[in-house]
Amino acid sequence: MRQTWVTPGGVHPPENKHQSLTQPIGSLPIPEKLVIPLGQHIGAPAIACVKLGDKVLKGQKIADPAGTVSVAIHAPTSGTVSAIEARPIAHSSGMEALCIEITTDGHDQWVALSGISDFEHTTPEALLSIITDAGIAGMGGAGFPTAVKLNPGYQRPIDTLIVNATECEPYITADDSLIRERAEEIIEGIRILSHILGNPSTILIGIEDNKPEAIQALEPHTKDTGINVVSFPTKYPSGGEKQLIYILTGEELPSGQIPADIGMVCVNIGTTYAIKRAVVEGEPLVSRVTTMTGEACEINRNYDVLIGTPVSHMLDQNKFDAEKCSRVIMGGPMMGFSLTSKDIPIVKTSNCILAPSIEEIPHNEPAQPCIRCGMCAEACPASLLPQQLFWYSQAKDHDRLQSHNLFDCIECGACSYVCPSNIPLVQHYRSSKSDIKKAEEEKIKSSQARERFEFRQQRIEQADKEREAKRAARREAALQAKKTATPNSAADIVAAAQARAAAKKLSPEQEQAKLERAVSSAEMRVKKAQDKLDTAVAGDEPEDKIKILSAALSGAQQKFEKAKTRLAEQSN
Amino acid sequence: MAFKQVTSPHAHGAKSTAKVMKLVVWATIPGLIALTWHFGWGSLINVALACITAVISEALVLKARRRPLGFYLGDYSAVVTAVLLGLALPPLCPWWVVVIGTIFSVVIAKQLFGGLGYNPFNPAMVGYVVLLISFPVQMTTWVTPIALLPEGVNHPDFIESLRLVFSSLAPVDGVTGATPLDSFKHTSGLTVDQIYQQDPLFSQAMFAGVGWEWVNLGFLAGGIIMLSNRLFTWHGPVAMLGTLALMSIIFWDSGSSQSPGSMLMHLFSGASMMGAFFILTDPVSSTVSNRGRLIYGALIGFLVYIIRAWGNYPDAIAFAVLLANFSAPFIDNYTLPRTYGHTDRRKATERLND
Repeated sequence: MRQTWVTPGGVHPPENKHQSLTQPIGSLPIPEKLVIPLGQHIGAPAIACVKLGDKVLKGQKIADPAGTVSVAIHAPTSGTVSAIEARPIAHSSGMEALCIEITTDGHDQWVALSGISDFEHTTPEALLSIITDAGIAGMGGAGFPTAVKLNPGYQRPIDTLIVNATECEPYITADDSLIRERAEEIIEGIRILSHILGNPSTILIGIEDNKPEAIQALEPHTKDTGINVVSFPTKYPSGGEKQLIYILTGEELPSGQIPADIGMVCVNIGTTYAIKRAVVEGEPLVSRVTTMTGEACEINRNYDVLIGTPVSHMLDQNKFDAEKCSRVIMGGPMMGFSLTSKDIPIVKTSNCILAPSIEEIPHNEPAQPCIRCGMCAEACPASLLPQQLFWYSQAKDHDRLQSHNLFDCIECGACSYVCPSNIPLVQHYRSSKSDIKKAEEEKIKSSQARERFEFRQQRIEQADKEREAKRAARREAALQAKKTATPNSAADIVAAAQARAAAKKLSPEQEQAKLERAVSSAEMRVKKAQDKLDTAVAGDEPEDKIKILSAALSGAQQKFEKAKTRLAEQSN
Repeated sequence: MAFKQVTSPHAHGAKSTAKVMKLVVWATIPGLIALTWHFGWGSLINVALACITAVISEALVLKARRRPLGFYLGDYSAVVTAVLLGLALPPLCPWWVVVIGTIFSVVIAKQLFGGLGYNPFNPAMVGYVVLLISFPVQMTTWVTPIALLPEGVNHPDFIESLRLVFSSLAPVDGVTGATPLDSFKHTSGLTVDQIYQQDPLFSQAMFAGVGWEWVNLGFLAGGIIMLSNRLFTWHGPVAMLGTLALMSIIFWDSGSSQSPGSMLMHLFSGASMMGAFFILTDPVSSTVSNRGRLIYGALIGFLVYIIRAWGNYPDAIAFAVLLANFSAPFIDNYTLPRTYGHTDRRKATERLND
């Protein structure tokens, strides 16, 4: 028996796992339509590589990874691409994102697959690219691209591989049933992982002691493989990555770091199964085991569900009673989120659909005041003071929130679970976290703005200085010029100006001659206009042309009159 | 179709604030029985009177504050305050003492600060101290334990007790007397052994004063019930009782005439056990972390001993708790637990660099 460590806090909610374990993993009829979101993982959403109307086969790639932190997406069954548009996806906000809809043809026809029978003689790089191309992202919940996790680009070698089979959330049995039925393939997957990571010295499968059948299923296959199955007492949230690392190794993951920083890699056990299928069979990730449970459904069991299956299809197939149901949850009762609509599809991270009755999970009671009883602090697995965080969250005291380590909260919900006043503590923390992040972004923005402003001020000052310097130089030069030139008296200046004005002015005779010229030229114009009009009238030109010409004539006549008057005035 | 949307976690444990409060009330029963057994009906009348006053005054304030009555009265916090104050008051004290104290506790010390969860001081102790300072005669007149009553004299029966309480007459002489802590304080010049031989309060007791030792054992039992139900952690009570014990050992002075008394007397006399398990465990006005509670409890134990031994009052739970209430936010700033993934504890007052 390997030593295990005990985390502080934790809670023991009713497990409710037996309901979905009475039958083996089943399969559902293929739904009419599958809706496959392009972003099912953390990182950049994949880029669609099929067009509307394309025929696709099961396992055919329908979207390429976009960059390093991304994975490919494949058609979960054969059919036709019938839409590429934004649809509501599995997200706590009920937001929409780009999805590919496939209208299925019912044949479930595979593309040609080619696997690698001998992974030990394949380079880790080649295996990693298979994993990315097979669309594998962490299946435990967060959906981090597995290949990135296995190749974090650090100098530090990985000495510990932790396989997370804890499944500490109540109700969920997807991993449990997968291990019971497919232990051999899981172990094969772990061996592939170990090969990729350069055969770490320690390989641990962490599993809670409430899954004796799964532990038993793993044991025959781990003999002489160096893989240790480590079971430990059931307590929520032992399956949190940080908690599991501590339980299995006694080491704490330093705040703000990832397991690779301390030479560890932590992978969900469902992911190891997907890796085996991808590498050995060449099968991309097109389905996963999902638990369908809760009293609002008559049938509770695990299914191998095609990615993209609408939740409504699962509910209908399991005799869902909407009247009885208090809410539909994707994930478990502690960290899962309630769905806004039945049409939301199953994605690679959906380990459970929980449809509890109202008796099972009653509607939330109104929150009472916090009496700082401290039950939350006793339950917190991260040794935080949830009651203080709540207090400061309400006060929006960001400094205090951070000195109380708000960002080390893993949002497991143990505090809210035990709170006698029914305060939705986690909700307050989430909102405070995003407030702080927003404030920090704004701080960065405003400091950039300040820098820009200061730079501008400096530039303007500089320009002013330069202009001032030039002006000073000019002034200096003018002063010098004045000194050297012969000084003029004020009277000379006036005389010169008067002379200039007089030169511009015409003599009365010249004025007279100018006006006479004007009169004669006006007279000429009148004559010309008269001639034009006459010829037009004689030539029977159109009426409007005649009109224009007569108007021109009268204009010329007016100008002639004006010139004559001016001349008369001048003569007087 | 659209579903109801709720944030996680969806599951919720069974405890509720009302259940917690009710359990506190049930846990006072052993102590209340011991008080009634040894000192007559007075405590029971105090508790009942305080409860009625508390509920009525809380309801009136809630109405004035335009808060839903049922929702807030249903948390039983006013009842807990009333029960604790009723238990702390001398049996057979006049009715108006109980009423004034309760109104002060509920209205001034709790509701005016914003109601449950927002009071910086322990409401019951605020009420108690107001009464102790305002009406010292009524507040220091204790009933003689039944075992020490003269031949043929008995505690007034229930009806007679009610009459005494509501007529505000002083109980008959001989039925009232000093408490062990009182008696010990005012018998200077005698060694501890001499006091234990001469004063029937001690000579007829097992270890800490006739009647009182049972009352304290009763509250200890109630405390253990609450502790086993995880209503609070052991840190506060253990630190308080431990410090009190340690102080009484250090200053025992081998039982000379200067000695402030034995460890057992300090632990099992006066309001020690009630204070340790029912008063300083009030979460609203105490510190929040376990480490903070150790300091907070120790501070109360220390202050209780200092006031008992060298102050003017024979007992000091109320004063000590209120003084510690003042320091609780300060203690909280420097007693944060070490969070997972951090090498050091942080200070709450830490400021981030701008």
